[in-house]
Amino acid sequence: MTAATTSSVTAKPAGENLRFYGIWLIGIAALIVLPQVFSSGGSLTSFSLIGIAIVFALSYNILLGQTGLLSFGHAVHYGLGGFAACHMMNAVVSRGWPIPLPFIPLFGGIGGLVFAMIIGWVMTKRAGTVFAMISLGIGELVASSSLILRSVFGGESGITTDRTALPKMLGWSFGPQLQVYYLISFWLVLSAIAMYALTRTPLGRISNAVRDNPERVQFIGYDPHVVRYLAYCFAGFFAGVAGGLTAINFEIANSALLGAIQSGLVLFSTFIGGTAFFFGPILGAILVTYLQLGLTNLTTAWQLYFGIIFIGIVMYAPGGIAGLLMMHRPLIRAGTLWTVIPSYLVAIVPTVALACGVILTIETVARYSGGDPINLFGIPFNPTSPMTWLTAAVLVVGGAFVARLTWRRIAEAWDRAATVARDRGYLA
Amino acid sequence: MLELIVISTLNGVLFGMLLFLLSSGLTVIFSMMGVLNFAHASFYMLGAFFGFQLTKWIGFWPALVLAPLLVGAIGMAVERYGLRNTHKHGHVAELLLTFGLAFAIEEIVSMIWGKSPLDYRVPALLDFPAFTIFSTNYPAYKIFMLAISVVIFVALLLVLKRTRVGLIVQAALTHPHMVGHLGHNVGRVFMVVFGVGSALAGLAGVIAGPALVTQSDMAASLGPILFVVIVFGGLGSLPGAFIASLVIGLVQTFAVALDGSLASAFGPLDPSTGPSVLTDIWNVTIAQVAPIVPYMLLVLILIVRPMGLMGTRES
Amino acid sequence: MSGAVSGKSPAIEVHAVEKRFGNVGIIRDLNLSVAQGERHAIIGPNGAGKSTTFNLISGHIKPTSGEVRLNGDLISGLQPFEINRRGLSRSFQVTNVFARMSVWENVRCAVLWATGHRYAFWKNVDSLPEVRERTAQILDDIHLTHRRDVPAGLLTYAEQRELEIGITIASGATVVMLDEPTAGMSHAETDRAVSLIRRLTEGKTLVIVEHDMSVVFGLADRISVLVYGHIIASGTPEEIRRDPKVKEAYLGEEAH
Repeated sequence: MTAATTSSVTAKPAGENLRFYGIWLIGIAALIVLPQVFSSGGSLTSFSLIGIAIVFALSYNILLGQTGLLSFGHAVHYGLGGFAACHMMNAVVSRGWPIPLPFIPLFGGIGGLVFAMIIGWVMTKRAGTVFAMISLGIGELVASSSLILRSVFGGESGITTDRTALPKMLGWSFGPQLQVYYLISFWLVLSAIAMYALTRTPLGRISNAVRDNPERVQFIGYDPHVVRYLAYCFAGFFAGVAGGLTAINFEIANSALLGAIQSGLVLFSTFIGGTAFFFGPILGAILVTYLQLGLTNLTTAWQLYFGIIFIGIVMYAPGGIAGLLMMHRPLIRAGTLWTVIPSYLVAIVPTVALACGVILTIETVARYSGGDPINLFGIPFNPTSPMTWLTAAVLVVGGAFVARLTWRRIAEAWDRAATVARDRGYLA
Repeated sequence: MLELIVISTLNGVLFGMLLFLLSSGLTVIFSMMGVLNFAHASFYMLGAFFGFQLTKWIGFWPALVLAPLLVGAIGMAVERYGLRNTHKHGHVAELLLTFGLAFAIEEIVSMIWGKSPLDYRVPALLDFPAFTIFSTNYPAYKIFMLAISVVIFVALLLVLKRTRVGLIVQAALTHPHMVGHLGHNVGRVFMVVFGVGSALAGLAGVIAGPALVTQSDMAASLGPILFVVIVFGGLGSLPGAFIASLVIGLVQTFAVALDGSLASAFGPLDPSTGPSVLTDIWNVTIAQVAPIVPYMLLVLILIVRPMGLMGTRES
Repeated sequence: MSGAVSGKSPAIEVHAVEKRFGNVGIIRDLNLSVAQGERHAIIGPNGAGKSTTFNLISGHIKPTSGEVRLNGDLISGLQPFEINRRGLSRSFQVTNVFARMSVWENVRCAVLWATGHRYAFWKNVDSLPEVRERTAQILDDIHLTHRRDVPAGLLTYAEQRELEIGITIASGATVVMLDEPTAGMSHAETDRAVSLIRRLTEGKTLVIVEHDMSVVFGLADRISVLVYGHIIASGTPEEIRRDPKVKEAYLGEEAH
């Protein structure tokens, strides 16, 4: 699109365009090939969940990253989307409507959108801290109401459905997980393209302006309240799509979908991944879902690890993983990256030691009463033995002390490399 | 009926005062530092658990003093080593830090003390009915809680009106952007205010623990109500927080006590209509709706008066 | 944009405006008239209420009483964005840009409403030729084309002031209000900024608050002197120079 109407000012080098479309195509190809490489039932389930989590996290970033709205209740739209999809599926089956399964996520999206349109106008009157608190309150309101309105939300047990009972499409019954995976992937690609395109529209750019400086926006003709409202509606829609996909995947929607835990997880995913870049929430959703699936089997304290990772990111890398990665781009272009690599390598050892110490400490506390042995990288530790406590203490204290020194060296190496990059004009 | 009104009023005021112990600290911290401390309810929970543990080791009365001090110290550490470093990344980052902290504290608490309710008992000295009204024995411990809350309330008023730090806090409440000009020890003032706010939350936890349920989800269930209180009262307004605490305390207590429903008032619906949203709403009792009443009040105030009851500030 | 019907009305007319914060009257009985196409400077000692006057006209704060008219239409009480859409644009004394967005994005956002794209979410913002050309033109005008991809927050102070002017004029507003555009600039930077302002506001109505008297007397067709929230004199630079009240209240103190 850009290539057709280039002017001297925005002409992108052809290579950049190629790379841009290349990244998207590689992503799509990976989605197609993944289940051929990892074909076990477990990995298919994981991929499906990760796909849904990506759509959900991207929708959340319309609020947090694009518009600067911190929501503690985004799962409301996710959950309502799930319920809308379930009811729609049951209606399709009972009324015999000719709507095949692949269209169902759209109704999930409409469910999320309708509620966003109703509640959003009041919510987005205020931004910042007040919005955050209101979103929390609305989240609690909806979660609690869902238990009262049993006819719609099915009470504690939720609403069940059968995805295979819908009309077939292209001969697919969507019984096997593989077919559900491809359905999720299809919607993932569609939603990701749509949400990326949204960032490139006038509304998308004005959302950024509202994020940066809502006061000034009023003096270039825009009502920040309207901008926030529209962004909120879009976020609600795509969260609803994710909810619809969940309903299809599990064939059930219950009140846990719209609860505080889901809202917290999507915030974690998005922020850990990084809100400043479009692909940040994708990384975050992959990581958090993967950890969630992997850690629940290994430790009872898995949520604590999320909390600690999240606190660490907030304090030391507020740009998230994407921010950390993209920091290096000017250095790569300026050819000074190699000057910081050695300090990274030096820092790895004490940082890993510190992490092991923290893990050992947490697991010791978590398993102290039960007495189950801790298995850390194949080495068994007894949580009631003072030797374990001593090891943990040495690793934490020693690791922290040495790690701080090495981190300082990284910072110094960075400053030097950045100065060179700035001199060469790759860094503002 | 009269009995219900009297008892519920007493309980409602008690719950309201407890909420104010929490919301006052939260409000002062917000006004001075611009940070909404998401972990404030977690400090309340820590107070309850520390209170329980210390009561087991050294008895209730020393615990009543020690547990809040401990929580206050944790609060000061959070300000000094967490928030102060995050400040440069803006208020959203600070809010997120306290959110992560709340999450981590809940996990740590349930890791150490488990997820089921603790047997945190009222101290023997106060385990008797204070008075009997109609047929209900009103426990002395609740009177004690009320007394503590009132004492703290009066003490806070005196500190605010009579001391130098109080004057600084007052100035911060009315002119938040001027806080930066307080001078070179502004960091220490922040740390102390944060510590005192956390200690008050801890105290509320110690005294509420035996009367309510001491459990690892108590922060998650009280936190949202607390935030409703301060948004309802008007973010940054101490009188607003006071009024909102009492209003929400009373409304919720009364709601829990009332068993009525539309069905009991107007008779059951025609049974032939079958289950629907209407029958759900028709048959639900006020007591069942009680948990969502604060949030309904929140939506109401946002429509009627977005700044909150006593709020003056836009953001 | 300046309606042909109201062509004869003054561009800005402030009538008997008062502004109180609590019991303190910041602005009292303020009357000001700026003709179409005029360059009008507002001067006055610190704390006289110059920025408050700007805020009152642009809708940033609402007057306690009185009327503000733009091209003859009543605008007091309207929201800032409504006033902006009627063709009045203002800059800020403290730089007020979109810090995390690039220079290009900053200016482009300011162009979008006026080019009619509003809240559009179905158009690719990169393929709107008139938006792109106008943005490029303004960047060229404010000499920031070579910095187009730099985040606004990383510009030098003088560059940010220029960007501030660029955002202000980007919508093509017919009435432009600049709040101390040269504050904190060096002599050379000030000269550059003044010629920039002169060029960019050609054919428009300009209201400017300025401390630098050489800028004021070099640029303005008319000058109003604001003291303690009240205009004590209004006239051509010559008249203001000669006015004894002005000398006493303002120039007398500050003329070195």
